[in-house]
Amino acid sequence: MITTATHAASAPVTAAWLLVALPLLSAAVLLLAGRRAERWGHWLGVAASAGAFVVGAVLWFALLGRDAEDRVLVASYGSWIPAGDFSVDLGMRVDPLAMTFVLLVTFVGTLIHVYSVAYMAHDAHRRRFFAYLNLFVAAMLLLVLADSYVLLFVGWEGVGLASYLLIGFWDHERPNAVAAKKAFVVNRIGDIGMIVAVMAMVAVFGTTDIGAVSEGAAQAGEGWLTLIGLALLLAACGKSAQFPLQSWLGDAMAGPTPVSALIHAATMVTAGVYLVVRSGAIYDGAPTAQLVVAVVGAITLLFGAIVGCAKDDIKKVLAASTMSQIGYMMLAAGLGPIGYAFAIFHLLTHGFFKAGLFLGAGSVMHGMSDQVDMRRFGALARSMRITWITMALGWLAIIGVPPFSGFWSKDRIVESAYALEGTWEPWVFGTVALVGVGITAFYMSRLFFMTFHGTRRWDDGSGIAPGVEPVTGAVQHPHESPRLMTWPMIALAVGSAVLGGLLAIGGAFTTWLEPVTGHVEHHEPVLPVVAIMVTTFVLILVGAFLAWRQYAAAPVAAIAPRGSVLTRAARRDLYQDTVSEAVVMRPGQYLTRSLVYGDRTVLDGGVTGLGRAVAGAGELARKVQTGFVRSYALTMALGVVVLAAVVLAVRI
Amino acid sequence: MNPANYVVLAAILFTIGATTVLVRRNAIIVFMGIELMLNAANLAFVTFARMHGDLSGQVVAFFVMVVAAAEVVVGLAIIVAIFRTRRSASVDDVNLLRS
Repeated sequence: MITTATHAASAPVTAAWLLVALPLLSAAVLLLAGRRAERWGHWLGVAASAGAFVVGAVLWFALLGRDAEDRVLVASYGSWIPAGDFSVDLGMRVDPLAMTFVLLVTFVGTLIHVYSVAYMAHDAHRRRFFAYLNLFVAAMLLLVLADSYVLLFVGWEGVGLASYLLIGFWDHERPNAVAAKKAFVVNRIGDIGMIVAVMAMVAVFGTTDIGAVSEGAAQAGEGWLTLIGLALLLAACGKSAQFPLQSWLGDAMAGPTPVSALIHAATMVTAGVYLVVRSGAIYDGAPTAQLVVAVVGAITLLFGAIVGCAKDDIKKVLAASTMSQIGYMMLAAGLGPIGYAFAIFHLLTHGFFKAGLFLGAGSVMHGMSDQVDMRRFGALARSMRITWITMALGWLAIIGVPPFSGFWSKDRIVESAYALEGTWEPWVFGTVALVGVGITAFYMSRLFFMTFHGTRRWDDGSGIAPGVEPVTGAVQHPHESPRLMTWPMIALAVGSAVLGGLLAIGGAFTTWLEPVTGHVEHHEPVLPVVAIMVTTFVLILVGAFLAWRQYAAAPVAAIAPRGSVLTRAARRDLYQDTVSEAVVMRPGQYLTRSLVYGDRTVLDGGVTGLGRAVAGAGELARKVQTGFVRSYALTMALGVVVLAAVVLAVRI
Repeated sequence: MNPANYVVLAAILFTIGATTVLVRRNAIIVFMGIELMLNAANLAFVTFARMHGDLSGQVVAFFVMVVAAAEVVVGLAIIVAIFRTRRSASVDDVNLLRS
């Protein structure tokens, strides 16, 4: 990895703080203004996000106007934590990687803000919703712009907080509040990794500045780098829902759908990938940690894909799919410098098509009175044309059909996995990525066909749908969503369709990221590139065909059949919650219970026992004090006798 | 007559007085036991004064009488006061500090 020299930022780039300040200010206004802001609050939220996008675009053009090697800029805003020898500066690192995220977050974020205006129109707390969304955008921008790991951590926690607040947005229903808490707790486990990493950085490098750490990594010992790398990976696993901290993402779908689209698909959950790529210099010096990153990515990739095949809740399928796609990014990030650019590339295209798919799912729910069970959908294509077309584009993009976005990014990851150096690594990682492509094609096609094609499994008022067992539930009147919702979907669908292809022309995106990821000569894969591409394409076709045969050509049961062992396991997320409960929760409960018991018996017992002993001694002493004069007199007499005896004995 | 006999008598009287104080319940009788012990002590003082040809023992006996008289005054007054409140002169009934 080459580290490009950093440059002090000049005129337009120093305004990077505006990116964070605008949405933060808007969030503060929305939260503090109260009911007065009820009428215009949501538009303020949209304006803040759009404003941040404009600032981001200005900065982007400013970067484009510079030479490639001068594109890593640091805008310094003075000292933040001066503590003797150790100090942290407040600064923002504006470079191609950060700008990619800024543009993704603000552009997709603004579209989702617009969508939310309509989606949340009937919610009594829409103003609060927009305040939290703005808070999220501010925290996410702080995360990607921070020039030190400490400042990054502030943004990291900020997005965690916003995620918690938004998952539990409808917290009057207990499952939502529980889901929010679960996400929060699991993320705390990851944060321990972040804290350990930052402390190790202070110990090794004496600084947490991203540039200084990257430069110092070349001289540091491999043991330390491995420790930091693994700690950062733990943090990334928590935030990005990677194995083994993946359990919260499915439950996080309890939040409103725009939240799932923005936070739990397009931006926040990819922060882990950002962290790994940002810390590339550390992983370059720690091959073990890098291998673990790839392994985690490969496991999660398959895990999410398998779970996605069995879920019937449309949002949970998308959540599992998100997990799986981030697994791809992690795998790419774990491949080393050849994968960094593709990880971010896939992250970018995924941000578009997955956000589009989520917004489409939200639109379907909107038209079907908040129904999420795909077994209750079917044949919706005619009722919602725009949703159908936009989701079709997202679907084609995610399964990687050329020439849609996903093809350009995912195919490169598969290729890079096969191009890895090593004896077994290219075969294992490449094959996992390849198999993942096939499963992805199956479950996303399943989602698409179950929702829009096949037989109708809802009551349209005319009675029961033909050829399906009796359908219960309310009469549905599916309809297309209002324009405020369809326009963002169309914009994202266009992105899903063409963005990947545009950015892949001449390796434009890879070149753009080079100042951060470094320039890498392309290795030849162990299999011919053409063979990989053909196999990928065949797998996509097979996956999609199987889904079509099972869910579009044949009738779908409105009530889920029992299914095979694997299906049942996948429906329960491969028993992730059972395992977590058995491995972590129960022992934890036993530990706390035994600690409480120990506290009560040993510590409290010691203290209260001492008190009781004193009281008991007092009780004994009290018995002597009868109040009977004669017994006192006897005591005195005896005392005198004893005294006399002693005196006499001594004298004799 | 051998003065030692007086000392023995004093010892016997003291023992009777002490036993009275310890075993009897009536405050008046207890009081009498105390007086007996005081007088036994006086007898011993006087006897020793005689045996040693020293008058200071007799002087002390006078002091004891004075103290005994004063003590009787105070003690009887207390007994009367207690009897008034409790209708009893038994020392065992007065086993509480509060009334």
